[in-house]
Amino acid sequence: MIDLARRDAAAVGNRRARQFDVRRLTSWLVPLALLSLTLVIWEAWVRIDDTPAWFMPSPSAVAEELWSSRALLWEHTWTTLQEVLLGYAIALLVGVTTALLIAYSPIAERTIYPLIVASQAIPIIALAPILLIWFGFGMTPKVIVVVLLCYFPIAVNMADGLRAADRDALNLLRSMGASRWQQMRIVRIPSSLPYLISGARIAAAVSVIGAIVGEWVGASSGLGYLMTRAASQFLTARLFATVAISAALGIALFVIVALVGRLLVPWADEGRGAQRVSRD
Amino acid sequence: MTISKQTTEDAPHRAAAAVQLAVAGLTVSFDGVTAVRNVNLTVHQGEFVALLGPSGCGKSTLLNAIAGLVEPEAGTLRLDGETVVPANGASRLGRVAYMPQRDALLPWRTVLENATLSAEVHRSGRAAALERARELLPRFGLEGFGGHYPAALSGGMRQRAAFLRTVLTDREVLLLDEPFGALDALTRRTMQEWLLDLWNDLGHTILMVTHDVEEALLLADTVAVMTARPGTLKAVAPVELPRPRTADMTADQGFIEQKSQLLALLREELREPGSAP
Ligand SMILES: Nc1ncnc2c1ncn2[C@@H]1O[C@H](COP(=O)(O)OP(=O)(O)OP(=O)(O)O)[C@@H](O)[C@H]1O
Ligand SMILES: [Mg+2]
Repeated sequence: MIDLARRDAAAVGNRRARQFDVRRLTSWLVPLALLSLTLVIWEAWVRIDDTPAWFMPSPSAVAEELWSSRALLWEHTWTTLQEVLLGYAIALLVGVTTALLIAYSPIAERTIYPLIVASQAIPIIALAPILLIWFGFGMTPKVIVVVLLCYFPIAVNMADGLRAADRDALNLLRSMGASRWQQMRIVRIPSSLPYLISGARIAAAVSVIGAIVGEWVGASSGLGYLMTRAASQFLTARLFATVAISAALGIALFVIVALVGRLLVPWADEGRGAQRVSRD
Repeated sequence: MTISKQTTEDAPHRAAAAVQLAVAGLTVSFDGVTAVRNVNLTVHQGEFVALLGPSGCGKSTLLNAIAGLVEPEAGTLRLDGETVVPANGASRLGRVAYMPQRDALLPWRTVLENATLSAEVHRSGRAAALERARELLPRFGLEGFGGHYPAALSGGMRQRAAFLRTVLTDREVLLLDEPFGALDALTRRTMQEWLLDLWNDLGHTILMVTHDVEEALLLADTVAVMTARPGTLKAVAPVELPRPRTADMTADQGFIEQKSQLLALLREELREPGSAP
């Protein structure tokens, strides 16, 4: 007598036990410690060396500036944040739609897809001055730069993901008599999600860059605008504060996208799959 | 679930049963290159046929052609007496249950969600299908695992989940493409006995591809041997072993004789690849 279920349950149990390890925690602690150490050395260096504040402010001076100018900083952060979020949302919508179109229509695949891949080589940032001429100093040209920068990684990654769907799974569905749309919904779209998320992560990282460079070219508000103004007046602590805020924006967006990604594709990670509670 | 070495009742004798699947003169080509040539094969209701052949000879292609995944260049195919190739208008997709060479479980779906795929595709009583799947979990050695993702299962469990999905497709004919190909020897033997047991209870008509001569002899009523590419059938032989079959039989005189005959047939194909008989 062989008890299949019990033997296999033991195997699964072992696998589950393995995931309680400390590596997850230390993977965060080490870089954090390194960052703190850098800040401490920086602070000490500036104090001992007596570096002039216009040349290199200490971390505490930057923190002081962040706090005392918080109203001004927030006003300009809000402008940049709006540009980033609006541009990102549009890019996500248009990018996913394009990818679905490419996967659904062979004509679109032959015409649009090569164009999109080729156009990735264009330095989009270089378009910012032209957009400034066309759309002025407002938010529109910055949003467009963000859209263009974010669109390509999203569209190309998702299109690749839709095409990379498992042939056996597609054949299985076809053998059941599934329609093209059912194959899309049941196999292609879910298997493209990890690709979409990695594209969305790249887009999150470049979106803040796009908005800030767009503001450098010409703006009346935004973190990029504040940076150029602070630099021209040698308000170096303020300059550092804006850099810190834009870095924080980029990281926050990246982390949010990564977390949403984990929620969307829990199966991508074996351990998480095993954790799902049995419902039968 | 338990697998007893001695099944009490004999597998029903199927020789007198009706013809369920009849393939005649079937030829399949890919871009002008013939993969399967002039195959003639008859499978009766409730019969277990094993398809043996060297790698790349067109075993999967033959199964795909029967399932409707590829269109044959020539030949006829009859299912339950109805001619489906040449096409009679309606597509033949969805008429047989097909299990691809790898398990093809969708990693983002739980065992139950994978198993009830067919009901979802046909929009036919998903709730009833889930109910039936739950009832069958113990029989498939998956009790308590209905809500798990495939990644959390062992190889044998994954394969049984794929079997559950195939059985729940609710078709009389099962086309199985090397269902045990990816399993280790021990799991493979256990699974073979399990499948025999299941087939005994459910009585499907099975056409199963395998590389393994022992597996073919242990399971099948009839063994069909294919030539090297372009594959055609070079021999169709009944398995002369009594049922119920057990793993112990691999040591029997009759088993060893048939095994060496089949191996000799296969070896001829390895020696002269591509040649016609
Ligand atoms: N979709 C396809 N397009 C072109 N050629 C194909 C296609 N499918 C199969 N072939 C070719 O047909 C031949 C038979 O392939 P098939 O997969 O049916 O062999 P097989 O007997 O199942 O092999 P294996 O034992 O390795 O699974 C191979 O030479 C293969 O390259
Ligand atoms: Mg094959």
